Amino acid sequence: MLGLQEYLQSYRSDPAIKIVEWEKQEGLVEVPSRDLPEVLTYCLAMWPRLMWLTHVVNDERQLGNGFCIYLVLHFPGKDFSLTLVAKGIESNFPTLASIYPALNWSEREVQDLFGLQAVGHPDPRSLVLHPGWPKGFHPLRKDYKAGKESKEFKRAPLVFPEMLGDGIFQVPVGPIHAGIIEPGHFRFYTIGEAVLHLEAQLFFTHKGIEKLIEGKSIQEGLRIIERVCGVCTVSHALAYCEAVEKLANLEVSRSVLLWRTILAELERVYNHVGDIGNMCAGVGFALGNANGSQCKERLQRLNLEFFGHRFLRGAVVPGGIKSIPSPKASEAILNRLLELSHDFEEWIPMLLTHDGYRQRAVTTGVLKLEDALNFGVTGPAARASGIPNDWRELHAHLCYPELKVKSMTEQEGDCWSRLTVRVKETRESFRFLHTLLSEGMKKPEPEIERLKLFSDHKFHAWQPAWGCVESPRGTDVVWLMLDEEAKIYRCRVRSASYANWPVVPLTVPGNIVPDFPLINKSFELCYSCCDR
Amino acid sequence: MWSLLLRKLKMGRLTEKNGNSLTPHMASNLPLKFRKSLQIRHLDCGSCNGCDWEMAALGNSLYDHQHFGIDFVASPRHADLLMCTGPGSTQLLNAARETYEAMAKPKWVMAVGDCAINGGVFKGAYATEGGIDGILQVDIKVPGCPPKPDDLIKALLEFMGKR
Repeated sequence: MLGLQEYLQSYRSDPAIKIVEWEKQEGLVEVPSRDLPEVLTYCLAMWPRLMWLTHVVNDERQLGNGFCIYLVLHFPGKDFSLTLVAKGIESNFPTLASIYPALNWSEREVQDLFGLQAVGHPDPRSLVLHPGWPKGFHPLRKDYKAGKESKEFKRAPLVFPEMLGDGIFQVPVGPIHAGIIEPGHFRFYTIGEAVLHLEAQLFFTHKGIEKLIEGKSIQEGLRIIERVCGVCTVSHALAYCEAVEKLANLEVSRSVLLWRTILAELERVYNHVGDIGNMCAGVGFALGNANGSQCKERLQRLNLEFFGHRFLRGAVVPGGIKSIPSPKASEAILNRLLELSHDFEEWIPMLLTHDGYRQRAVTTGVLKLEDALNFGVTGPAARASGIPNDWRELHAHLCYPELKVKSMTEQEGDCWSRLTVRVKETRESFRFLHTLLSEGMKKPEPEIERLKLFSDHKFHAWQPAWGCVESPRGTDVVWLMLDEEAKIYRCRVRSASYANWPVVPLTVPGNIVPDFPLINKSFELCYSCCDR
Repeated sequence: MWSLLLRKLKMGRLTEKNGNSLTPHMASNLPLKFRKSLQIRHLDCGSCNGCDWEMAALGNSLYDHQHFGIDFVASPRHADLLMCTGPGSTQLLNAARETYEAMAKPKWVMAVGDCAINGGVFKGAYATEGGIDGILQVDIKVPGCPPKPDDLIKALLEFMGKR
């Protein structure tokens, strides 16, 4: 990354760019906000496969820094992540979304929640806050104290673009859907059966978690973070703990790393298996769905039996894990998983060789490579479009370097590719679990690092830290800043669903309306961790 | 094809008969006509998706809610019971009220999970209500974060007065 460092050093601006930190894997550079677009343009030109990890705005007025933008970028293949910080923003900043569309939603969210203006934004409509909130309601500003605004929320119509012409119909769907699904409004503009355009209005489950978590202790914060998304609990908790441990300069022991990796993989397996089954439900293929949901149920029961929770909540704690199963328990888990992976191999060929299913899924809902790169798509959706980005491979963390994780990719970017990526990854995860649990069986039960020790640690106050974990849906990022009492000052959750939702409407035009459930399920995005 | 059939034969019946071992704690208030079958509409009021997945799990072959006469329906017009999850997010309130109004009488409301009962971990967040109570009149509460499918089945059977 020397080229980038030299570029930044030689960049002329007033005030000058300040390289605060530049280490092997991470860098922190202060850039004036008006020069941020140029620096980002340079980075994108030199590294077209650049990944955005998170984009955070923080109200640091009480520290004398004004509002600050933190943009965390990752350079795949180099295992280097760079945080660009723009300080001293008062009421507006030049937009980055026109250079890098991946930041489109994030900047619209900033306009809503901070009341800052992104100058030159290509689509400045409000995003998170629906029409109906009182004027001047910007809850993430520090001078806002939770009040009675929710009582003043008025019924107001949602705004959608007009589309007129012979035979063009609008099909409104939601926010309450038929079935056990989360709420979101979709508006299809159709001509005949084919979809011309799709508008997705989400954020019906917006709760204000990022405000709620401010001022909470690290423990209380973890409880909330685990519930940002019901089914990516371990990923969010791990990302949060990674950030906390960075701020405490803490390295966890080998056995903790081992069991954290096992938990992360268990979460991946039960989600992937369930998602594969759900994709069958999207085309009304009941046999495939039944097999997927059976297998998922068995995996969740295993979670409950050995880790105390069907969604693995409470298993990961800052500085360690709640309890480490004995070698005997490891053996039992391993045997159970071997049975389940055998079962998986029995029913999965039925699905992969089913002509009717193939006919529905092949060439449906294509996500183009170009769109996936522009919008910073992550997870199986990106890998199915030929982007070999898997955080487990890109960044050396947990026990992944030893497992030699390889990104499972497909090139076509259709529903079928997203299915096959999941199938391959499930197989890989079963294999990883085999290796990891074999190690867990050998080791005698080690001493658990108790939380008491952890709370004695000193935390860096007013410093940014981020944690990043590959969840079943893609890379989850938690960005954290603590105050001097080790209470949370700002915590931003950028989930994989948040990164991927903007591209879902792009994959639908050209397909027919009944294909939407399949396309939606092939992305299998969560609404809750997107809306927060 | 043959291998699939053979697999099914070897597997046998997966559905558990957990309803039979149940003894109701209280007498059901449900009119007799509703005790044999219950049609449910799900309503997510800002949950984390945990409760909703557990409700979805009721449909898998191991629980199979349908063999108790319980079914999830697509429209509130067909439903007797509204199963609500989540603390009640402000931006969904209007849709939630409309869903309730669309149901034919008599109708009941179940609050599923800690959030739906009192806001749970999300209590105090600026865009939540701190429970479903504030919006709709709740008849049954099922605590848990999230309640296990077993708890849900038990609550439903108890509500129906089924043993």
